[in-house]
Amino acid sequence: MMVAHTNRQFETLAAKGVSHAEPDRFVEFVDVEKSYDGCSFAVTRLNMHVAKGEFLTLLGPSGSGKTTTLNMLAGFERPTNGSIMLDGQSVDRRPPYERNIGMVFQNYALFPHMTVEENVGFPLSVRKFSKADVTARVHKALDMIQLRKFGDRRPGQLSGGQQQRVALARALVFEPSLVLMDEPLGALDKKLREHMQLEIKQLHSMLGVTIVYVTHDQSEALTMSDRVAVFNNGGIAQIGTPDNLYKKPESPFVASFIGENNTLEGIVEQVSGHVCQVALRGGGLLRATPIDIGTQGTSCQVAIRPECIRIAAAADEENDFEATVEGRIYLGDHLRLLARLDNGQLLSVKVGPETITTEAQRIRLGWSHTECRAFPAQQ
Amino acid sequence: MDQGQFITAPNAADTRSVAAAIRRSQARERLRSFALAMPLLTLLLLSFGIPIAILLSRAVYDPTIANALPLTGAAMQSWSGNGIPEDKTLEALAADLKASQQNGNLSEFAKGLNARLPGARSHILKTARALDKEGVADTVSVIKSMPFWTSPGTWATIVRGRHALTSFYLLSAVDLRWNADGSIERVPPEQAIFLRVFARTFLMAATVTLATLVLGFPLAYLISSVPKTLGAILIVAVLLPFWTSILVRTAAWTVLLQKFGLVNDVLLWLGVTGTRLDLMYSRLGLVIAMTHIQLPFTLLPIYSVMRTIQPSQMRAAYSLGGRPLTSFLRVYLPQVVPGIMAGCLLTFILCLGYYITPALIGGAGDQLISNFIANYVNVELNWEMAAALSFILLVFTMGLYAVFARMLGLDRLKPV
Ligand SMILES: Nc1ncnc2c1ncn2[C@@H]1O[C@H](COP(=O)(O)OP(=O)(O)O)[C@@H](O)[C@H]1O
Ligand SMILES: [Mg+2]
Repeated sequence: MMVAHTNRQFETLAAKGVSHAEPDRFVEFVDVEKSYDGCSFAVTRLNMHVAKGEFLTLLGPSGSGKTTTLNMLAGFERPTNGSIMLDGQSVDRRPPYERNIGMVFQNYALFPHMTVEENVGFPLSVRKFSKADVTARVHKALDMIQLRKFGDRRPGQLSGGQQQRVALARALVFEPSLVLMDEPLGALDKKLREHMQLEIKQLHSMLGVTIVYVTHDQSEALTMSDRVAVFNNGGIAQIGTPDNLYKKPESPFVASFIGENNTLEGIVEQVSGHVCQVALRGGGLLRATPIDIGTQGTSCQVAIRPECIRIAAAADEENDFEATVEGRIYLGDHLRLLARLDNGQLLSVKVGPETITTEAQRIRLGWSHTECRAFPAQQ
Repeated sequence: MDQGQFITAPNAADTRSVAAAIRRSQARERLRSFALAMPLLTLLLLSFGIPIAILLSRAVYDPTIANALPLTGAAMQSWSGNGIPEDKTLEALAADLKASQQNGNLSEFAKGLNARLPGARSHILKTARALDKEGVADTVSVIKSMPFWTSPGTWATIVRGRHALTSFYLLSAVDLRWNADGSIERVPPEQAIFLRVFARTFLMAATVTLATLVLGFPLAYLISSVPKTLGAILIVAVLLPFWTSILVRTAAWTVLLQKFGLVNDVLLWLGVTGTRLDLMYSRLGLVIAMTHIQLPFTLLPIYSVMRTIQPSQMRAAYSLGGRPLTSFLRVYLPQVVPGIMAGCLLTFILCLGYYITPALIGGAGDQLISNFIANYVNVELNWEMAAALSFILLVFTMGLYAVFARMLGLDRLKPV
């Protein structure tokens, strides 16, 4: 009787695991829009897909629509327009409790009146698993997060990191094929956060679940994700692998939001294929990779990362500028120089810690056009 | 080995001194909190604690009979307690009655005995008049000629009243009495009223509590789930009745509940009833009015707990596969229970003490225990009986509170 029951559970789990669509379109947003008040949009024209087993991060500043996107996927909010597909089927009419999606909340949302074991067992017991089955699975899940001996405690008696792990176990214990996490590490201190990042990453590769992860911390997004969707003003500014986003930002927003970037302002002088020439404000010419920039005479901004700038001995670089050292910041593994170009614009330069420089020293800086990208100027 | 002892010995001493230091600092802390609460405690003790204790003590301390019959009491020492006392006791009784008559304490004694022995007053006054007549020499025969003084019940009452400490009033408050052969028995059904009134009071309190819960819970849920500004407006609407006194609200209900009043008009118009109901001076009208007055007391604790439950709790339950009813019962409701307990207990205990509303809206059969207590204090001037009823009510209430606290975990009221 009990075995038959368990088997049925397995069948339903297995049935849900059967994919009706191509594996790289496990989750798909089709022209999704969301407005809370009927006049402004929290999310606009969102088209995005998540592959099965992928770790996708939604990264963006606060208020950019990440949580709204996640809530629509979880079923807590309905899209105003468009539709969301899960495993090839539209879920627009499916309530959250029938979506079989695990979710980890920023404030953990553990049930304070239940013990750790009851919390983790909740998704199993509402699915009518047998008592023995629930216990076995809960113990396995607690072993996974190394909190087996805390099973009888209530959430209030656990530290923040332990609560986080319990929330994680609770979202994974019923073996959902998709897990959503909304800034799950936001409340933890830096050290614990880095530890938990690793732990989540390990669970992801171990269990093979699909994870959609929300954060506003770009380094977190870069270290954990297979792909990152950068959100801005309710839409995706750019989506791609961390490496791609870091090296080839397609807008000044992405360039400045991900990693550090220097911005130089100027006017387009000439565009030819993959190279353009920019006349910098205050004087000087620069060659850069053009990204959607306008024709000659329009203003633009050039982004260059601090680590791409080299201190040169002679004028043998493609872009070559003289500058004065205005500040020196020692950061242990490297040194940060603040260099004022002769045209008055300021650059931050990352150099090795052994570099010998003094304040007010004249230096020569150089980089190639592939290392800097010219965007249309932001209004 | 030696080294181990060498190390542990100072450690143990250290631990002791640390523990002592912690105790000292905690004692200081306690003293400080006590000092801060001192003024209020003094005020409460003087204006509240002591008067209540004095009043309640009257339930068991009644020296009226002992004071009025000092000689009789002394003469009765040697009496066996069977039948009628010896003549010297009757002589002493006559002397006591005369003395009372002279110093003006007779009516008080008559009233005191009357409370224990209905009808005694007229006999005592008659006896005193007979003894007062000129030229009465044989006082014993005067007294013996009256059937009142030859009834064993009279003397049993006097014997028990000889002691200032008495259990008479407390027993009466629960419809019990001493019978002639010195054991406790139920009073005859036609005299038994208080147990029925206590039962009615508790039933009424339970009904009103349930009604406020049924009305208040959904409302509290609504207020806690609507946007903040609307919630604030609703809370003000709930609190509005608090701004008028309970007397005014009760008076307003007496207008609304009239046979040709607004409530009947509306019921008739809605077709709920075919004829006009007698809501005034009825149990139903009383329940309606008390429910209205008590609603905020039940609602506010529930609301304040609901407000602290984050929306993510229900979302988490849904995302984990809980259907709405399951999620409500297993995640939401258990977290609201402390608020429900607090609100219901508050309303229940307040209802046990209702006085004005039953007096104005309830009928003769709807009077609650407080109305009887007030009647004994204001009309009958029988403070002993009032004190006894109050005492029983207090014991019931505290017992109930203890049961609630134990069974339903009132300790969970403290914030998590
Ligand atoms: N429940 C809501 N009601 C009205 N507006 C909302 C609600 N939730 C979010 N918003 C608005 O939608 C926008 C996007 O919010 P959100 O998705 O929470 O952003 P993020 O998670 O990226 O910080 C914000 O402007 C926010 O004010
Ligand atoms: Mg958010």
